[in-house]
Amino acid sequence: MRTGICHETFASEERLWPVAATRVWMLILAICLFSLPLWGGDYVLAMTCIVGIHIVATLGLNITTGNTGLISLSHGAFLGVGCYTVAWLAHRGVPFYVALPAAGLLTALIGVVVGLPSLRVKGVYLAIATLAAHFILTFVFREWDAVTGGVPGTTIPRASIGNFTFVGDRRNFYLIYGCAFLLAIAARNLARTYIGRAFVAVRDRDISAEILGVNLLQTKLQAFAIGAFYAGVAGGLLGYFYGAITPEYFVLTLSVFYLAAVIVGGLGTVLGSVLGAVFMTFVPEALRLAVNASSHWFPSVAALLLPMGQAVFGLLIIVFLVFEPHGLAAIWSRVRRVIHLWPFRT
Amino acid sequence: MSEFIEYSLLGILSGGVTALIALSFVLIYKGTGVVNFAVGEVMMLGAYFYYAATVMFGLPPVVALALGLIGIAVLAVAFERIVLRPLSGQPPVAVLMATIGMASIIHGGVEAVWGGDTYSPPPLLPRTPLIFNDILIPGAVLGNFAVAAVLIAGFFAFFRFTSVGIALRATASDPVTAATLGIDINSALRLTWVLSAVVGTVAGVLIASSAGLSPLLAAAAMSVFAAIILGGLDSIVGAIVASLLIGWVEALAAGYLGGKSRDIVPFVVVLVILIFRPYGIFGSRTIERL
Amino acid sequence: MSLRAEVEVPAVLQEPTQGLALAVEGVDLRFGGIRALRGVSFSAEPGKITAVIGPNGAGKTSVFNAISGFYRPAAGRITLGGEDITSMPIHARAKRGIARTFQNIALFHGLSVLENIKLGGHHTMRAGLLSAMVYSRSTRDEEVALRAEVERKVIDFLEIDHIRHLPVGVLPYGMQKRVELARALAMQPQVLLLDEPVAGMNREETEDMARFILDVQEEWGVTVLLVEHDMGMVMDISSKVVVLNFGEVIASGTPDVVRRHPEVIRAYLGTEGADPA
Repeated sequence: MRTGICHETFASEERLWPVAATRVWMLILAICLFSLPLWGGDYVLAMTCIVGIHIVATLGLNITTGNTGLISLSHGAFLGVGCYTVAWLAHRGVPFYVALPAAGLLTALIGVVVGLPSLRVKGVYLAIATLAAHFILTFVFREWDAVTGGVPGTTIPRASIGNFTFVGDRRNFYLIYGCAFLLAIAARNLARTYIGRAFVAVRDRDISAEILGVNLLQTKLQAFAIGAFYAGVAGGLLGYFYGAITPEYFVLTLSVFYLAAVIVGGLGTVLGSVLGAVFMTFVPEALRLAVNASSHWFPSVAALLLPMGQAVFGLLIIVFLVFEPHGLAAIWSRVRRVIHLWPFRT
Repeated sequence: MSEFIEYSLLGILSGGVTALIALSFVLIYKGTGVVNFAVGEVMMLGAYFYYAATVMFGLPPVVALALGLIGIAVLAVAFERIVLRPLSGQPPVAVLMATIGMASIIHGGVEAVWGGDTYSPPPLLPRTPLIFNDILIPGAVLGNFAVAAVLIAGFFAFFRFTSVGIALRATASDPVTAATLGIDINSALRLTWVLSAVVGTVAGVLIASSAGLSPLLAAAAMSVFAAIILGGLDSIVGAIVASLLIGWVEALAAGYLGGKSRDIVPFVVVLVILIFRPYGIFGSRTIERL
Repeated sequence: MSLRAEVEVPAVLQEPTQGLALAVEGVDLRFGGIRALRGVSFSAEPGKITAVIGPNGAGKTSVFNAISGFYRPAAGRITLGGEDITSMPIHARAKRGIARTFQNIALFHGLSVLENIKLGGHHTMRAGLLSAMVYSRSTRDEEVALRAEVERKVIDFLEIDHIRHLPVGVLPYGMQKRVELARALAMQPQVLLLDEPVAGMNREETEDMARFILDVQEEWGVTVLLVEHDMGMVMDISSKVVVLNFGEVIASGTPDVVRRHPEVIRAYLGTEGADPA
């Protein structure tokens, strides 16, 4: 049982993982994760790749909505912007290590434009503004044939470096989790600096924050830009992973999916983003497996899969909002507390 | 010129139903402070109830409409009691997300039960077109506008002349004072949800019986957000005027720029308004307190 | 458990700041048809404690909000150390040295006590977005220096080291008030605006707070402007008192002068000859 932690310098307390045990656990987790392509099955690997992309996107939305409190319904469309940017660049021979950041930056730029109303309006109005942005962006995806391929969609050439091409789930895995890992660390870093504190301050009491010297304009746009950057990178990864994409993918439901992941995981924490993305990806999977199992007895049930998934998202959002507003991250920290204090109880 | 007049008339008339949806939204925002993103789904569900009652159980349209209204009202009360009341005092984002969750449940539920096909429920109103010089106005458009106008007028009378309506207005503007004056806040909130759901359902049935019924019906409420933003979230008059205006602009855009632009014009309007005139034309700018 | 800074605190920060003079000149404030302030003029001397008192609704908090920039005056001007700040953006005033606490505590509930206090140092931070995301050496040094400074100058000073890692929501009311003062001090203010710092406190907490305010003024040399209802405390610690009624200044001067001013007695008691203190 651990009884306490002693720091001798401020710097040691301000570290990313101040406790040695946590660092060991993180290392073990990283080793397990990055060796997964060597021992995981095909199905597990494909699912893990999709989870990784969702993690990147959820991390971004959690900064905009979770930390800063700016509700965004255009996150799904931001993924589209990233995806089509990568498609366009990749067709022109731009390597992925340039195309992915470029997709992120362009999406961030669009995020700033969408976020502009957030300077003057709050909450509700902003939700509607981002909704409008979603419809405008998806309209562009469908109509701008030259870049997006219109409704039939477009293909994305595989990412490659030297002679190594990221073909198949096992190779894409490293691309996806390399990005996810870096971006998760970046989100954690941001949270422990003055910029991250300003985000939370703006969410909790924006006017007091302004009187304390926080530039609201700059801070809100930063939050939007960072969230959109993550979405852009996630969209690019999505493109490299699937190799082809249609506008069908970037529907409003995708934005709702990420909002659900943020709420179910836990608002404003990196751990919450990860847990939320994992949970929300596996719930419909579990549903699908259940339906497959029961289709033997009820053949018509397969048609219900998609609508049932949607209803389950809605239900999860409401259940977590009402019963556990701090999400899975809060449940996890309670579990950890029990383990740390074992055999004593609090 | 006659083309312009025809587009304009059709647009403004079809704005009547939009005004009903906007009313459904603004009633709740004004009365309870909740932004109801499920307004389109409520409308769609009400229309499916109507369809089920008429086609599947063979009831006459008026009885079916009444049943649909009752069904939706019961659900609205349940949602208010089970989900929203525990969330009171939470940040607006949480409440807004709860309505999105509700929308998702309704949407999934409707598709699970009725699938994605388009149905044609029996018309609620006669369909004799009106021909005026060389301008033809379909009967459904005219009928929908008439129903919407009567209903909206009824609401104005209700809020202005009945004691219940006045009590609702009092609750909306200052719940604490209203409570000290003996108004039961919980039943006022409940009634607001019922009224909004009823208005939404009527709108849904009108649209479904003239343009067909499918889960896509919920998307019709999306362009209402443009009207609400234009009118100002908390202004009923503003919402109605803006709905007619949006209907007009949509029809002109569809007529002159092609049908696709109808999907996009309202949202361009929204973004432009939010950037340049965030509280709409009629909305009130609240004085913030520290 | 000893916490020691490993980063040198710049010498500039160790010297007491010399507070600046704050002057409000003929400020008018209107809300629709209501005139909340009518030609209000007064000044706060550098390094002294000035109190603004008055009955409820006299416009005390409105004066503060005008100084913070939250309300824009319809007429008149506000100067800080001679510089006109009337139309300066709200967030820029923090950099010029205006710090404040709020009548209804305005702490950030999503942050711990320490993070709340660190936010006071927000306007001194320079790290770029990219640098923060990779937590570069310069970002780290800046963060650790900020931590060292708030620990040494503010947290020790206000005796709140035992609660620094708690979420602010769990603290009792008096403690929250103290954390708010700590956050304002972390802004390294030239002028400290305290909006009812002892409202709702018991005798003991009030005395603690009064002691802290006096210490701040003496050790830091900060100009203090406070709004308060506790007349005993105001008269004890202020060197100058400004009395507002119905948005107008009806008296100002030393506590003794104000105490005996007939207008003040009328405003507070409605009759003459009684002592408001």
